[in-house]
Amino acid sequence: MHIPDGYLSPQTAVPFIALMVPVWGVAVKKVQEKLKKKDVPVLSIAAAFSFTIMMFNLPIPGGSSAHAVGAVLLAILLGPWAACLGVSVALIIQALVFGDGGILAIGANCFNMGLVMPMVGYYVYKLVKGSSDERSGRALIAAAIAGYVGLNVAALFTALEFGSQYHLFQAADGTPLYFMYPIKVAVAAMMSEHLLLAGPVEALVTALGLRFVGSTYPHLLLESASFDKFGKNSGVINHV
Amino acid sequence: MFKNFSKLWLALGVFIILSPLGLIATGTAFGEWGVDELQEEAGFIPAGLERLADLWTHAPLADYGIAGFDASFIQSAAGYILSAVVGVVLVAGIMSFFSKIVKD
Repeated sequence: MHIPDGYLSPQTAVPFIALMVPVWGVAVKKVQEKLKKKDVPVLSIAAAFSFTIMMFNLPIPGGSSAHAVGAVLLAILLGPWAACLGVSVALIIQALVFGDGGILAIGANCFNMGLVMPMVGYYVYKLVKGSSDERSGRALIAAAIAGYVGLNVAALFTALEFGSQYHLFQAADGTPLYFMYPIKVAVAAMMSEHLLLAGPVEALVTALGLRFVGSTYPHLLLESASFDKFGKNSGVINHV
Repeated sequence: MFKNFSKLWLALGVFIILSPLGLIATGTAFGEWGVDELQEEAGFIPAGLERLADLWTHAPLADYGIAGFDASFIQSAAGYILSAVVGVVLVAGIMSFFSKIVKD
């Protein structure tokens, strides 16, 4: 899902960077307001986990590959804004140090995996979990569904972004200037891979990750259980 | 930083060691083909794409490996694990700066 440089026109890639700069500003402010010093190691580990889980490429029949992202697990544990920063930092390091995903495309990649995915996943989790305990079976099912939906919505955005280039930017002779397949092809390929393979893996990663944290450090989840649906928080860990 | 959540760090370490499993998938993800792969994938290289593709060529561990050290699976796996360690240290290190700006 890491769009390389050249797949998006500068006219598409630059506005995504312009959009993400204030988003990161808001995210830093939210994290500053709500996260406490003792929560920062969890944020560090979770962001590093997201980096690592993206290295687990899953083989897709036909010679392609895809991977989970971990963004929804971060959002459930630390809130969507903290997840936005953690995943964005992982994506920026991946682009600069490992050449995975473009530099000009960094705004779009952070938008898809660092903003859309944790936001969608977080609210799907809250909706499905309802008032159940954070360590209940229902919470695990909610986490799985949230991971699945979050990754797939991110994949859809990615496909629409590069797929639209084919129709918007063509040379005088009609050949595409950037991404080379029509939007229908992009959406069909991206969605079949993520709906059938990467999505179920993301669901598993999100639910098992939540279960692991719940069994090793239950206070991290018990504190967040006091977070009610209206966003008021009397607990120790604040979701941001 | 390490003492309060040692089990989470340990789990992260296990993922780092297992990361070469990600090398089993040899295919390039949809929409992530390199310029060298595009000719075969699409039959041509779009002009604008070719112009922008090499915007950043300074990645020290490009493709999560050590340049020239990929003759065998063992070499690739070593480069992959090193990449995971470097990535984890950088990402966790950058995020730890938040302890300077958040409340106690």
